[in-house]
Amino acid sequence: MSNQPSPLMTPHPYPGKLIIVEGIDGSGKSTQLLLLHKWLESKGHKVFFTEWNSSELVKDTTKRGKKNKSLTPTTFSLLHATDFASRLYHDILPPLKAGMIVLADRYMYTAFARDVVRGVSPEWVRKLYSFAITPDMAFYFKVPIEVAISRLLGGTRGQFKYYEAGMDMNLSPDVTESFRLFQSSILSQYEKIVDEYQLITLDATKDIEAQQNEMRRLVGEALKDYKPRRGTHGRRTVFWRRFDVPKSE
Amino acid sequence: MVDAQYFGDGLTYLNPSDLKGKLIAIEGTDGVGRSTHIEMLQEWLEVQGYGVITTGWTRSNLMSKTIEMAKEGNILDRWSFSLLYATDFADRLEHEIIPALRSGFIVLADRYIYTALARDFVRSGNRQWARDVFGFALVPDLVCYMRIDVETLVLRVIETKGMNFWESGMDLRLGNDLYDSFKKYQSLLIKEFDKMAEEFHFEVIDARKSPDEIQDELRSKIQPLLTTNMRSPALPSDRLIHPA
Repeated sequence: MSNQPSPLMTPHPYPGKLIIVEGIDGSGKSTQLLLLHKWLESKGHKVFFTEWNSSELVKDTTKRGKKNKSLTPTTFSLLHATDFASRLYHDILPPLKAGMIVLADRYMYTAFARDVVRGVSPEWVRKLYSFAITPDMAFYFKVPIEVAISRLLGGTRGQFKYYEAGMDMNLSPDVTESFRLFQSSILSQYEKIVDEYQLITLDATKDIEAQQNEMRRLVGEALKDYKPRRGTHGRRTVFWRRFDVPKSE
Repeated sequence: MVDAQYFGDGLTYLNPSDLKGKLIAIEGTDGVGRSTHIEMLQEWLEVQGYGVITTGWTRSNLMSKTIEMAKEGNILDRWSFSLLYATDFADRLEHEIIPALRSGFIVLADRYIYTALARDFVRSGNRQWARDVFGFALVPDLVCYMRIDVETLVLRVIETKGMNFWESGMDLRLGNDLYDSFKKYQSLLIKEFDKMAEEFHFEVIDARKSPDEIQDELRSKIQPLLTTNMRSPALPSDRLIHPA
């Protein structure tokens, strides 16, 4: 059946909400997600945060592979998929089942953009992630490459990392130039993904507050019918107090 | 491997057409004596003058420690379980197997992707995803499946190294103890291997026979591969006349 919806577009059945952000390095997506996190918590929501490539299971392996530069496009892709699977199982599904809000800094779309630029088959990497669940909201922070570069070089990082700049692809011996070429290819992959998976595009060249206001407005609308599972709305301290150790007589 | 091809979506950045060597996979459940027979095969081939490398499941530089750690913690979900194996396999494929085949070596693989496919199917009841994941694998020139029935296997494993948590599939909660679980898990694996044997045309070898008979049978399956599309190596008699 050719018109069958992709498994990656079917809504998940859990009571919680999954909100994810995507964008190239320097797009400001992590800052925006942090601000959203603060806002949701101030509203009394239970929020769980998870980020790309952070699982205990494979973090050290990825680090080791990156250090001795032995990763191939395929092992790079598979390691990130393993990390994702492990976090989906341990970090994302339990809070969603419990009715919480889960915020994810990067999701499978990062792999669809980045791994394909590195050279794996676009069909293969989509099949790899077919076990993933569809986010309730997916934001894409769209930024021109020059803006991203000036933010990263002017910011705290100072210099690009080897894999972040795609130095493994031998695009250019100059790190900044390599970053520009690599991340530009990723940008054009993201353009396709935005259409394919209907991500919400935000203009990441705007002021931080303006972007955040827009994001909060959209999330607020989407959460209108969302009811946290337990009646702990804004009353977390009371909830915990009930479990205090009884005073000794 | 004149007609070398990928199992599914292949490595788009690697053309498999220039691989001169032969890829031979030895499959079979735990405890059928695969590694012993592979050692003997390597010896037999090297005496004939063929270059041989062996590659073993979970033995990649990148992943062997990670997989051990994961198994110790028992923290594997179905997807991570298969993806860890896939990463290990990809690392060996690109860093060991393909370079060796390109240089004309015979590669003896102790287990191949079929092990992962069987283990994933037993855990999920679904064949498609794991097959998609391993799409980048090269189709071997020959798959020898050392088949054993579960009753014989149980006795053999108890007599030798004993049953361990993962070989018993204890993560699946199939039985109340190691013995029950081992039997059920290994029966399910054997059943799936039998199905794949037909689908992928494995050469089935009865692993209940004596080691000598098994080895002879393995050699007779491998022999025809050596005469096609491979340069004839130095005659064994030459080596006897001029020992190193």
